[in-house]
Amino acid sequence: MSALMEFDVKGLNFYYAGAVHALKNISLPIYKNNVTALIGPSGCGKTTLLRCFNRMHDLYPGNRYEGEILFKGKNIFSEDIDVIDLRSRIGMVFQKPTPFPMSIFDNIAYGLRLKGIKKISDLSERVERALHHSALWDEVKDKLHASAYELSGGQQQRLVIARALAVEPEVLLFDEPTSALDPISTAKIEDLIVNLEKYVTIIIVTHNMQQAARISDWTGFMMLGDLIEFDRTDTIFTHPSQKLTEDYITGRFG
Amino acid sequence: MTVRSEELAHLKEMLLKMATLVESAIQSSVQSLVERNSGLAQLVIEGDQAINTFDVKIDEECIRLLALKQPMGKDLRFITTAMKITSDLERIGDNAVNIAERAVELNEEPLLKPYIDIPRMSRISQGMVRDTINAFISEDKRLAKDVIIRDDEVDDLNEMVWKELMFIMTQDPTTVSRAVKITYVSKYIERIADHATNIAEMVLYLVDGKIIRHMALPPEEK
Repeated sequence: MSALMEFDVKGLNFYYAGAVHALKNISLPIYKNNVTALIGPSGCGKTTLLRCFNRMHDLYPGNRYEGEILFKGKNIFSEDIDVIDLRSRIGMVFQKPTPFPMSIFDNIAYGLRLKGIKKISDLSERVERALHHSALWDEVKDKLHASAYELSGGQQQRLVIARALAVEPEVLLFDEPTSALDPISTAKIEDLIVNLEKYVTIIIVTHNMQQAARISDWTGFMMLGDLIEFDRTDTIFTHPSQKLTEDYITGRFG
Repeated sequence: MTVRSEELAHLKEMLLKMATLVESAIQSSVQSLVERNSGLAQLVIEGDQAINTFDVKIDEECIRLLALKQPMGKDLRFITTAMKITSDLERIGDNAVNIAERAVELNEEPLLKPYIDIPRMSRISQGMVRDTINAFISEDKRLAKDVIIRDDEVDDLNEMVWKELMFIMTQDPTTVSRAVKITYVSKYIERIADHATNIAEMVLYLVDGKIIRHMALPPEEK
């Protein structure tokens, strides 16, 4: 496990429009090429925290950040950050698969074309590589020009991951990526996430505590906007230092 | 994303290494007695630390896998069984240390009589430990049952040694201190065979999922 830091979150506060104080003085490291899971009961702020990393909250007026998130040493909240560029370096995968209404190939080529890649051989090569990395290639290689809607839910989710990977991001944010999937598809996505950490840094929000235990290297436990504990996943799930964490992982509340 | 085969292989490898150390501890402890080599006995006593370290490492790895991978079915039985096997192996290591300690004491006194049955018991017990671990690794029920049956031989030899030493003590009270220590050694070896039998019973649980401890093997199974 490398100890290089991808993000350094320092004293982060977040207020939704209307002054709801959703994140309270959060500080934690996110290590490069590791999987970090954020867990906690509903409303604890884990998704809110995840959406800070690519400044998704900017899409709604009135939201306010305080503190900093250093990405490669630079605060992502500083004025000279290009948010579009930031989001191309930090991809995001949501709870429900969100394929575009176009072919499998075009779904993945979409972001590449936006980046100005036009040559078909370049596009094909990168589409194929992304599909290999998302463990979908074998299932779709003979129907790349079929509609993405023909795929099953689990395949669609892997397609979305391939689309995010195609533009070669440095980080992938996963927001409950398997909560709409059956157990077999879930297992495939979990295997995929573990394999992907070779290429990208991953932060995942999950309601499923066992999923966090299975796939992450680091775990942050949150409650009511506070980060209660952050540590290596095996420590969090075998001997956490905080009583609140212990109560949560043993199912005494939450 | 359940327990990966490399993780199970790593666990098996650690158990095999631990079992090898334990087997060699039994062999050396009895050799230190038979050859009156207290230096060798001292090595067994000091070597127990390495066995204890494996005990802790294997337990920690099993706990990690249980907490993080939520193993099911055969994987679950393998990991919970590994945790129990390691404590039996650790106890066998302690028995070898006890034999070595008695050897050091006995080596300082004149030889009471040549050791014949003790080395024989030790050879059977060592073989039981080796076979029971192999049975565990290869999930070999037949080998495990064979180990369970061999325990009777060790029990019989232990009783024979005990009776013989009782007779010697009644004939000559100056032999009592040495004879009592030799009965201890015999008892330690008998315990080693019991621990090997425990492991063999767990192998049957691993393969069939049935707990057969505290039950006699059904006659047709013998």
